[in-house]
Amino acid sequence: MSPAGWGLALVQTLLFLLGAPLLAGWVKRVKSRLQNRRGPSLLQPYQDLGKLFAKEALMAHSASPLFRAAPYIVFGSTLVAVSIIPLLAVSLPTAAVADVIVLVGFLALARFFLALAGMDVGTAFGGMGASREMLVSALAEPAMLMAVFTLAMSAQSTNLSSVVQFNLDAGLALRPSFMFALMGLVLVAIAETGRIPVDNPATHLELTMIHEAMILEYSGRHLALMEWAAQLKLMLYGVLISVVFLPWGIATRMTPSALALAFGVLILKLMVLWLVLAVTETGLAKMRLFRAPQYLNLAFLLTLLGLFSHVMLEAGT
Amino acid sequence: MLTNPLELAGMAVALALASALVSLLADRYPPMLRGIAMTLLGLSGGLSVIAGLSVLVTPAAITAQLPLGLPWLPWQVRLDGLAGFFLLLIGLLTTAVALYGPGYVREFEHGRDSLAALGGFTGLFVTGMQLVVLADDAFLFMVAWELMSLSSYFLVAYQHEHAANRRAGFLYLLMAHIGALSILLGYGVLAGFGHGFSFAAMRTAELDPTWASVAFVLAFFGFGMKSGLVPIHVWLPEAHPVAPSHISALMSGVMLKVAVYGFMRFCFDLLGNIQPGWGVAVLVVGSISALMGVLYALMQHDLKRLLAYHSVENIGIIFIGLGLSMLFAGTGHPLLAALGLVAALYHTINHALFKGLLFLGAGAILHTTHQRDMEQMGGLLRRMPWTGLFFLIGCISISALPPFNGFVSEWLTFQTALQAWALENGVLRSLIPISAAMLALTGALAAACFVKVYGVAFLGQPRSKQVRKAKDVSRGMLAGQGLLALLCLLLGILPTAIVELLNTIPEALLGQGLSKATSHGWLWLTPIDASVASYSAPLVLLGLLAAWGISAWWLRRGKWREIRRCDAWDCGFSAPNARMQYTATAFAQPIRRVFGLLFHIDESVTRGGDGWLKHSLHVSDRAWGLFYEPVGRLAIQAGRLVGRLQSGSVRNYLGWTLGTLLVLLWVIS
Amino acid sequence: MNLTQLPLLEQAVFVIAALALMASFALLAQTRLTASIHSFAWQGASVALVTALVASINGIHHLYLSALLTLALKSLVIPWMLHRLVRRLEMEQQVESITHPALVVLTGAALVIFAYWVALPIERLEMAGTRNIIAVSLSIVLLGLWMMIARHQVVAQVLGFMSMENGLFLAAVASTRGMPLVVELGVAFDVLVAAVLFGVFFFHIHESIESLDVDRLNRLTEQEQQP
Repeated sequence: MSPAGWGLALVQTLLFLLGAPLLAGWVKRVKSRLQNRRGPSLLQPYQDLGKLFAKEALMAHSASPLFRAAPYIVFGSTLVAVSIIPLLAVSLPTAAVADVIVLVGFLALARFFLALAGMDVGTAFGGMGASREMLVSALAEPAMLMAVFTLAMSAQSTNLSSVVQFNLDAGLALRPSFMFALMGLVLVAIAETGRIPVDNPATHLELTMIHEAMILEYSGRHLALMEWAAQLKLMLYGVLISVVFLPWGIATRMTPSALALAFGVLILKLMVLWLVLAVTETGLAKMRLFRAPQYLNLAFLLTLLGLFSHVMLEAGT
Repeated sequence: MLTNPLELAGMAVALALASALVSLLADRYPPMLRGIAMTLLGLSGGLSVIAGLSVLVTPAAITAQLPLGLPWLPWQVRLDGLAGFFLLLIGLLTTAVALYGPGYVREFEHGRDSLAALGGFTGLFVTGMQLVVLADDAFLFMVAWELMSLSSYFLVAYQHEHAANRRAGFLYLLMAHIGALSILLGYGVLAGFGHGFSFAAMRTAELDPTWASVAFVLAFFGFGMKSGLVPIHVWLPEAHPVAPSHISALMSGVMLKVAVYGFMRFCFDLLGNIQPGWGVAVLVVGSISALMGVLYALMQHDLKRLLAYHSVENIGIIFIGLGLSMLFAGTGHPLLAALGLVAALYHTINHALFKGLLFLGAGAILHTTHQRDMEQMGGLLRRMPWTGLFFLIGCISISALPPFNGFVSEWLTFQTALQAWALENGVLRSLIPISAAMLALTGALAAACFVKVYGVAFLGQPRSKQVRKAKDVSRGMLAGQGLLALLCLLLGILPTAIVELLNTIPEALLGQGLSKATSHGWLWLTPIDASVASYSAPLVLLGLLAAWGISAWWLRRGKWREIRRCDAWDCGFSAPNARMQYTATAFAQPIRRVFGLLFHIDESVTRGGDGWLKHSLHVSDRAWGLFYEPVGRLAIQAGRLVGRLQSGSVRNYLGWTLGTLLVLLWVIS
Repeated sequence: MNLTQLPLLEQAVFVIAALALMASFALLAQTRLTASIHSFAWQGASVALVTALVASINGIHHLYLSALLTLALKSLVIPWMLHRLVRRLEMEQQVESITHPALVVLTGAALVIFAYWVALPIERLEMAGTRNIIAVSLSIVLLGLWMMIARHQVVAQVLGFMSMENGLFLAAVASTRGMPLVVELGVAFDVLVAAVLFGVFFFHIHESIESLDVDRLNRLTEQEQQP
């Protein structure tokens, strides 16, 4: 818990903040290229955020004080959530403050206020978005928790630093439980961040949106905060998956060279992961809402198989 | 100045009794009830809090014998850690209700119902609960239990003009007595082996495993019926909504916990050697109760009925913690058993606080708008800002979100479940994570439900005239809610202090407490060991406040003016009115569709004579059809069979008499 | 015994066995016929791979032949035959309706836990690394039988039957290092003959009752009443 550790935590949080729009731009660029278009520049999301921050924010007549407070709460909770994930170095003091269950809690807090904001103005779209979002997240929770359990039962800790350290120490080990947990977690991540095939992040068609429906009434800096929070959440899941399941390259000592190497490896891992995401998004179509439960049941089944593999094949008798 | 904590508790009981007596004059002088009776009740609550706290801070077990009861079976009372904790719980809620009560009962002053009955039975109810917790022998326990059940029956049936209320009251009374009978039989088994009705005698009883299981099943059934476990919960959603709201808060917040106390006292203290099979049964029933409770709650649009079903869910969560604790205790892991016990106790007090808060809030809405149906509410946050704020805190707490208290107990329960790797039995190691996954599903569905409740009731636009004209309630009512909301926040930010207080209970019951939980200072909660899991609630709160504060400050520099208002965007459609909003039923429709199997849904669209289409939807509890109707049919059939004895012929009756006489003579010889 | 202490090849055995179990679940829940046949093919391929890995770990050479046979039969020939059958009966686009897919899958999960519990005493015997594969193979057998109960389509029932055989083969390979070659050849040809016979029967059933739904097999009696 040295000051250097806390300083690194702060730097990591800032990296998350600044890198999230860039990654969003990267995935849009790749999707455009796959669809034979030129696509926007990589820095377009920054320009969009800047434009929104400069514009005036408006509120509907029927909006309550909660509408005004919600963007800050959503953004702040997501920001605190990203601060506990080891990005560059394994040992992170904030990981002892809040473990992976608290991470799920932070995301749940953000989602709670996002859904309430959707219901605030009293339009049908907000209610629809909130209702669908709560359905999808409720069904995704058991799968997420089962994956967390499998990880925690192997590493015998819920502290993210400990889990990453355990995976690093094990070297290249082919664990069926981690394989299934990874597959399940990827499916859950797609559902929670609202990507195809669960939700379309680019649509503004009324009947097909979940996340967009809840933030429909926001404008100006409020909308900027909501968009930034969504980009942060996407980066959060990507980093979580790459750091926990593919931890090689992360710095175990706090030397500048190790950190620089970790940074480079991280950029590489994220770019590959986002490439895979873009290809999947281009190749699949969005499912209708009532097929989402089947999709999430599949995620739960995979993580459940991961747990069974752990209990039956990996642990002792 | 601190006298014997047991004497303080005794004074608290006496004050509650006094409040009941004073209320007898309330019909003549309404201010009596409002002013004096409620004050006495509040004092009683305060003294209970002090008594409970002092026994938790300095662990002790104080006993005394009362000069009441039968000559050879005097009543004995005991105040130890477990009793002190529940006394604290009773006291906190009673104080909040005493603050809230004067404003709320104003509306009954001009009604047809007797104020004396309301005040009198409230006092007796609180007295009964306090005595149950203090009892040290089965006789006093059952007397106090009956007092508690009967006085709450009269409170449930308070507004007995409506037939539905009478029916709810009858169902409540019936099931309370079936449960009490089962508990009495359980005590009977223990008393038989222990040769005495006092708890001290029962503790030393040597039971062989089968009889111990019989006693356990009887106690589980009886206490489970009173606390509302599925499938014996059906009285809860009928009885809790019809009582006056501050009584609903007491019933849901405290009485259900007294049943949990009874179960804990019976199994952990009196029975002793816990078998792992019991833990599995409790875990399974708890998980099912939690999931079914929240699913049924999602389908309700009556606010108080929804909250009642949530009580079923949370009792399920408490029993999940207890089940895990019993499992670990039975397989020889006392540290993990202590963790499970602490998680269950923490959730007990959390639920008491936030459920009490939510019921008081529902009562405030009912008081102002005379509406219980969420489909008629809307936009209440702008009309009742303080109630809205406190209700929001209650919603966040019950959805188990950081930094409030609901999250801490759920975190502790998950940590207990995660320690399943320590068990040798592989089947249990697979079952416990599945139970934890059900708990996660429950938590997420609870959050969905409270988004629905808050969004439909407090946000959006008002759906009826009474709601449009709503105003916020009086200061006393707000104070009661505010106290509970503050406690919710405090219990969320200072978990280490609370766990340290709670630590005396597992030390007494299981022989081991959580030694390392508070070893890193007041900032960190490390239930098992710092390397396994740690949580720093104050730092989390700091982090959240910093993130919110910094983003708000940075963005609002120079923009501290009122935001311009405009019409809602709504994708360009013209001004939305209140009927275009999502209703509570519509919000829950996706979940109703996904989980449709588990409900009994009657949905129909009929065409009326004048061409209008009418849609009706009725979601009812499957437990009625699966459990109660067969039992009812069996009872009627058995009754018919026995009824054949009544043939009406004198000679038949003489024949029965001769037969019985012959059998008795043969037995004697 | 820690997984990471085993050599990489043995870890791979666990992974592929787990994939075979996942293929069993995929067979159970998959309503589209062509996708089911492909899942079965993947299951056959993973069983063959496990055989090959066990052969290379323990140096038993006739197991390589066994693996090749399994791959050829279970992964290529039989799926191809079923596929051809489905095309000739024009059932490619058919989707079977399972009443409650979530319940079916959850029962499957319960069967897996039960199989593990049953297999626990066997593990206490001294067997190196591959002892728990018995629990996995028993699960595959039980899931195959459950699939035959839960699905109406005749093709799905055949797949369930075949996957039971996969499970038994996996158990034999993992615990006893394979059966004698003669026995394996015999079993393999039995399975091939069974597949051919099934194909013949499919046509007859389809002609008689115009559907391949086993619940409708009771219609066969009504045919005699027609003039």
